Amino acid sequence: MAMAAADIEALIMSAIPDARVEIKDLRGDGDHYAARVVSASFAGMSRVRQHQAVYAALGGRMGGELHALQLETAIPSGDHE
Amino acid sequence: MTDVPMTQVGERLDALVNANEIVLFMKGTPLFPQCGFSSRAIAILEHLGQPFETVDVLADQEIRQGIKQYSDWPTIPQLYVKGEFVGGSDIMMEMFESGELKALVAA
Repeated sequence: MAMAAADIEALIMSAIPDARVEIKDLRGDGDHYAARVVSASFAGMSRVRQHQAVYAALGGRMGGELHALQLETAIPSGDHE
Repeated sequence: MTDVPMTQVGERLDALVNANEIVLFMKGTPLFPQCGFSSRAIAILEHLGQPFETVDVLADQEIRQGIKQYSDWPTIPQLYVKGEFVGGSDIMMEMFESGELKALVAA
């Protein structure tokens, strides 16, 4: 089972519209990804909550259809206005 | 249905995370991790130098499914410190690099 990077990005963007999403296919096999998700909506959330928000966006695919997604979340810094 | 009621699994998990300061739910054992993410989690814990307990979810289907609901977290490994869910291997790595994890386990 595998997912295209564009599908992962689309799912995240639909749930977290302001997100900046970068996805790397780590092995080129469509099954092992690393994602960095930056969103102002993460402000005030613990790391666990930030990751849970991304997993929720993926709607249960994480750990199933999507085997491996190294995840990094962050709040935008230095973006005033 | 052979599902064990969630409350029963919940009690087992409560007991595990409360009986040990540091518990890692992982695939395999510290000597023979069965997944790269679990292997990375073990490497981090070994660096910290504090004693820790591990639970092999591959050896216990009830725990394997139960832990995901318990923490609302879809993947293994999962780290608990002092009864609190800390995160998976990505969060462990971030917190290790920032020194937060060392402070947490030493506190």
